[in-house]
Amino acid sequence: MERQLVFELPNDLRYIEETVDFVVSHCSTCDEVARKLRLNFRVSLVEALSNAMIYGNGRDPSKRVHVEVFLGEGSVTARVTDEGAGFDPGVVPDPTVPANVCKDSGRGLFLMRELMDEVRYNARGNSVTLILHLPLPPNGSSKPPKGKKEASA
Amino acid sequence: MAFAVSRVGEVTVVDVDGQLIVGNRQELKQKVLQELERGARKFLIDFTGTGYIDSSGLGVLVSLSKKVREQGGELRLSSLNEDLRTLFELTKLDTLFRIAGSREEGLSSF
Repeated sequence: MERQLVFELPNDLRYIEETVDFVVSHCSTCDEVARKLRLNFRVSLVEALSNAMIYGNGRDPSKRVHVEVFLGEGSVTARVTDEGAGFDPGVVPDPTVPANVCKDSGRGLFLMRELMDEVRYNARGNSVTLILHLPLPPNGSSKPPKGKKEASA
Repeated sequence: MAFAVSRVGEVTVVDVDGQLIVGNRQELKQKVLQELERGARKFLIDFTGTGYIDSSGLGVLVSLSKKVREQGGELRLSSLNEDLRTLFELTKLDTLFRIAGSREEGLSSF
């Protein structure tokens, strides 16, 4: 079943956990999908929201973060938009090179890129779209074919 | 979300319950620094009860590890589940920290 969720969040880090819990809870529960959602999608969405609130909106409580999530059968897409001036994602250094491993910060964008299948920024740099492809059940549908019942125990 | 601090011999154990993320990492930092000020030098951060960590959580662990080392001590980690291990491996932080499979293994490693 396809679903769309849209949020407008206050620029307050305390909303992140509850928001991500809510989004992830509205997704499919097959084991392989659950793990990708629990780890890949959850962590990436947390990173995107944190970056928007801290760096994009500069921790300004008067600003807001716009969140759209589209849950399809074969993928989940999240778009997080802040009210900041934007940035160039190309200038963020690789946190895994030896000179950067010991640094206290700089891993958020890296994790998003590693965990999601696609990470796209708009031209201004204040909106990020995260796309995760999800494995489909063997018959390609989350529901049993019409006219057939699921086997009982 | 809670950080329970206890002492097992010379080791100060901090149990991370729930998640270690941008919203609560400062609390963990304060607790460890407090114990460091009191003279603790061996720290074991145990993640038995932890669901996941974000990049801020990873960052505070790096920061604390450096501060503890500056005081001649050591901070180690234990009981990472599969998801947490994945995050540490992706970010190469598994090369920075000594990570034990269990709390007991972590305690006996000191």
